Amino acid sequence: MPWIDACALVDIEEEDLVRLDHDGRTYAIYRIWDEEVYCTDGLCTHEKVHLADGLVIDHTIECPKHNGQFDVRSGTAIRSPACEALSTYPARVVDGRVLVEIPST
Amino acid sequence: MDVMRLITFPMERDYSLTGPERQSAFDKGLAGAEWYRTPVNRKVLKSLMKRTDWPATRDIAIWVAVLVGSGAGGILLWGSWWALPFFFVYGVFYASAADSRWHECGHGTAFKTRWKNDAVYELASFLMMRNSVVWRWSHARHHTDTIIVGRDPEISGMRPPQLIVLCLNVFGIVAVPQGLVALARNAAGILPPDEADLIPETERRKAIRVGRIHIALYVLVALVSMWSWSLLPLMIIGLPRAYGIWLLLVMGLPQHLGLAEDVLDYRINSRTVLMNPIQRFIYWNMNYHIEHHMYPMVPYHALPKLHEVVKHDLPAPNPSLWDAWSEIIPCVLRQLRDPRHFIRPQLPEGAGEWEPVQSNLTA
Ligand code: FES
Repeated sequence: MPWIDACALVDIEEEDLVRLDHDGRTYAIYRIWDEEVYCTDGLCTHEKVHLADGLVIDHTIECPKHNGQFDVRSGTAIRSPACEALSTYPARVVDGRVLVEIPST
Repeated sequence: MDVMRLITFPMERDYSLTGPERQSAFDKGLAGAEWYRTPVNRKVLKSLMKRTDWPATRDIAIWVAVLVGSGAGGILLWGSWWALPFFFVYGVFYASAADSRWHECGHGTAFKTRWKNDAVYELASFLMMRNSVVWRWSHARHHTDTIIVGRDPEISGMRPPQLIVLCLNVFGIVAVPQGLVALARNAAGILPPDEADLIPETERRKAIRVGRIHIALYVLVALVSMWSWSLLPLMIIGLPRAYGIWLLLVMGLPQHLGLAEDVLDYRINSRTVLMNPIQRFIYWNMNYHIEHHMYPMVPYHALPKLHEVVKHDLPAPNPSLWDAWSEIIPCVLRQLRDPRHFIRPQLPEGAGEWEPVQSNLTA
């Protein structure tokens, strides 16, 4: 899978996330603190709601629809009604840019 | 008026989750649809959504203190009429106030710390005679498909209204037996079709376990009551769900009663009612109901601020419970004759418009 230049690090506030649409799929890119970034699928596994409107608390993302929670590091669902894990993708910061390794056609 | 008609009125529509209205909701694109939300700047929203333990810790401490104080008063004065005012307070805080604690902690927004939300949620579920697993899923559905017939399991204002049932439930006379039967059914390992429609396979064993725990505890209290030949144990655990629920109905039914079904705009099917601080403490600000449905991630203590941010786009709130009931009662009475009647709230000039977006769900 190729590394994609997703955005500038400063485009994401600390303890926040942004949505990335790429190749017909939606991802969520999280910035926890400084250069600690993560990437997961962008839609909640419960009812396919965009997580980008959700809330980052420590290392969890809370879904805006029913408050289901996932650990952004592993994708694990930690609070129902989210039960199924999110897929996660490698993410890193290089020269102030956030790069994510996500599928491309 | 023919009283029997009030009891036996057939429902205009099938409100079950497995009847024909279910498919119809999917066909009309009403299930799992995108809803209108008043736009709120992300920075502002983030500050409103922020979690903290303090307000809920304070409020739960007050709640527990009132329960312990009034309960102790009721026990000490048991046998005299002076116990009545203590049980009056105890019942309201046990049942009417437990509902809002159940609700907020079910959303996981009251506390920042997850186990605290979960602990209060389990306790309040028990007090309210609700299976915590079943109701977590039922409430999630209520948020996905608010007042969508055939999808929302929490529609309390079905049409035509069953007035006798509504009145009996002021003292839980129908709801308490229903709650106990539902728990007993779960305890026996049964999830009826409406519950099975809500709960995924992986959660069903948990729901059965919770049903067994609740039933075991209630049986234990009933046995203690019988053994001691006194109603007192049941007055402390169990019966308050009946004699203390009236205030929840007064405050909670206006959330949606008399408003539209099958619309994808909370401003049209939900109601915000302004209340005084004591009511808002008991109800944990759920009177800001349109706001809560639009942004369920905003904790109860930040709802008054959210109200200020979005009110320009919402119908004017009812200034009091009295005002809300003054519009609800004539509407509900008219629905006895004309079940299609409902109240259409007036949106303010320049209010945002809902644009239909394709649903994410399939039947
Ligand atoms: S859609 Fe995310 S928890 Fe329900």
